[in-house]
Amino acid sequence: MSRRVFVTGLGILSSIGRNLPETLDSLLASRSGIGHLRHLETPLAHEFPFAEVRFSNNQLMEMAGLSPQEGHTRNALLGIIAAREAFHHAGLEKSGTGKTGFVSATTVGGMDMCEKYYTDFLTNDSRNIYIDVYDCADSTEKIADLLGIRDFITTLSTACSSAANAILLGARMIRTGQLDRVVAGGTESLTVFHINGFNALKILDKVPCRPFDAQRNGITLGEGAAYLVLESEESIRGGSRPLFAELTGYGNSCEAFHQTASSPDGTGAFLAMEKALRMSGLEPSGIHYINAHGTGTDNNDIAEGLAIERLFGSRIPPVSSTKPFTGHMTSAAGSAEAILSILCMEHRFLLPNLNFSTPMPELRFAPVTELCLDSEVEAVMSNSFGFGGNDTSLIFTRPS
Amino acid sequence: MFHSPAYINGTGLISPQETADPSRFLPQIREYTDDFLSCIDPDYKEYIPPLAARRISRLIKMGITSAFMALRDAGYHSSLSTELAEPKQPDAIITGTGLGSVEDTERILNGMSAGETLMNPTPFIQSTYNTISSQVAIQLRCHQYNSTYVHRIFSFETALLDALMQFKEGMAASALVGGIDEITVNHLAITRRAGHWKTGPVHNLSVLQSGTPGALAGEGAAYFLLENRVSPSTYARLLSIDTFYKPGTARQVQNHIREFLLASGFNESRPDAVILGLNGDSLWDPFYSQIAHNVFPGIPWLCYKHLCGEYYTSTGFALWLTANILKRQEVPPALLLNDIKPGRLETVLIYNQDRNINHSLILTGTA
Repeated sequence: MSRRVFVTGLGILSSIGRNLPETLDSLLASRSGIGHLRHLETPLAHEFPFAEVRFSNNQLMEMAGLSPQEGHTRNALLGIIAAREAFHHAGLEKSGTGKTGFVSATTVGGMDMCEKYYTDFLTNDSRNIYIDVYDCADSTEKIADLLGIRDFITTLSTACSSAANAILLGARMIRTGQLDRVVAGGTESLTVFHINGFNALKILDKVPCRPFDAQRNGITLGEGAAYLVLESEESIRGGSRPLFAELTGYGNSCEAFHQTASSPDGTGAFLAMEKALRMSGLEPSGIHYINAHGTGTDNNDIAEGLAIERLFGSRIPPVSSTKPFTGHMTSAAGSAEAILSILCMEHRFLLPNLNFSTPMPELRFAPVTELCLDSEVEAVMSNSFGFGGNDTSLIFTRPS
Repeated sequence: MFHSPAYINGTGLISPQETADPSRFLPQIREYTDDFLSCIDPDYKEYIPPLAARRISRLIKMGITSAFMALRDAGYHSSLSTELAEPKQPDAIITGTGLGSVEDTERILNGMSAGETLMNPTPFIQSTYNTISSQVAIQLRCHQYNSTYVHRIFSFETALLDALMQFKEGMAASALVGGIDEITVNHLAITRRAGHWKTGPVHNLSVLQSGTPGALAGEGAAYFLLENRVSPSTYARLLSIDTFYKPGTARQVQNHIREFLLASGFNESRPDAVILGLNGDSLWDPFYSQIAHNVFPGIPWLCYKHLCGEYYTSTGFALWLTANILKRQEVPPALLLNDIKPGRLETVLIYNQDRNINHSLILTGTA
């Protein structure tokens, strides 16, 4: 049970970049991916900004090396590109022994095609190729097939904490000795379905999201995919591949308060962070950066902020939400933000919480607002909270 | 393959059969001639106040109710009551669902087809797959580990695997684990186009002899209260679990099952019975027969999908059957597939597969 879990590969595709190097460039330039929708058609495109991946499905198919006849959803395409980057980044195509698993997270699944062809599904046979790609498992199986992963696959969905829980499950499968390496993360495409859903909940901001700002007024939805390669100590032994981080703590807790709202004091957030911290063996002062869930909703940012204050007391580490860069990537947010947190550690910088101007009166701290180079970042905490109060916190430390 | 025994100490099952009363074991087999099999509604009032029940959709209602049936059966908290300040709680709540609330998803899609953009948020919230697990947690005010798996016929199995891992890791001593899916008229019509189902109504008790392609669709909600120790309500033990993906030929499937049995402690011996996932699809039932002839000769073969229909989390129904079979040492005749009479049953294996893509094994034994 003492097996350590290392991060050996990263892959990310979002509105701020098609891969890890482009993502890093955007972060260093404080360049946000939030703008107007170009590919998805909805009347709400004119009402709200979004963080859409800048490529059309055909362009994504080309990038993924697939032919357009295969019935791929946008979800699968985003996932294929990001998971493949992580897989190659870790050099897994060359490592043959041991067992490899794939744990992927999504909530919208193949809804992009389903919502487009639903009337056809009900009335004719013209779009039958898209019927079986509607569910959450489809993208997982397509990605696993392209990576040649057979030993274990599954799909997880806990709304906006899905990808963090995929990382958590992958790590546990390594620690319990079932797998030697796991590609874990999430993929989520923008769909009219969930844009309408968030709009009905009245939690979309008309301007790019402003987490932890007193004027904040909701979420900016984004899309993309991000995967991490997790490996056991045995799996990396004797190799010369770089280690990007060690996953030393994780905590999953349920808020058990309301289906879509956080409790006023952030009980679930506090419990998840506390569990992760206890497992890591670190003192609160050992956490050098918190990548907050920080959605920009009135409710989340108070609850999360108060939970951070409760856990860290008078010594609150630098905190920022990177959702003003990537938008809220929902089921892919957990792994995307884990990667951004790991980049902070690797490159010793702190990422700014863009769009911030006015501190929240309810909180004693304000987020980081400038890119801080040459910072001490030995351990990072990445928070992901979902509808239903599914709260998860991950801690990565510099590998030793 | 993961081997880490746990005790099944409470069960709750809502299905097309009479399964809601834990004191009885399939008192009378229900026959249907229909396009799909629907669950028999239990008396929801016993578990959910009528006012609250009106606000939640069918799948969520089935999920909460079957979860509370399992908790009640195991001697935990029994219904949604605000009077109980400190209900006894499981250390983890984990759900598998292949499709989540189909009814809510369709409600939104139908609205969108009609050109509506502003929606009532309730169907959207309920369409989110983790709603069942989190609703159960909300009703129990349970802050413990909570997760949801959504991978076709692996959904319930990954939930069970997660629970067994929690026990082994020392993170939990109890876990409420469920498998739940529903079928609707629309969903049946759509997926019929993809060729998954029989093209018209069939008699459920003769579906395994139909000789035609396609399965009979069904649904169900099963929850189990697992604990790391025996209790007065113990049914059986859950011993090992495995899911495997695209194994290749039937021979490779057989090898995989043999390796699983070997790793679970069967050297030359076999389990005392096997429950197979035959569903009446003439394209795939011969695959089961081939595996059964080669790996399980001489033991009773049992079947269950003619009772509950085919759905992604149907092994929840099968696990409920094995729990009862092992506890009562009684096999309802409707389950018997071959001519071998069950004797004393110490171990029962469940083997399910979907088009030779996804395969799962669940091994259970007497307490």
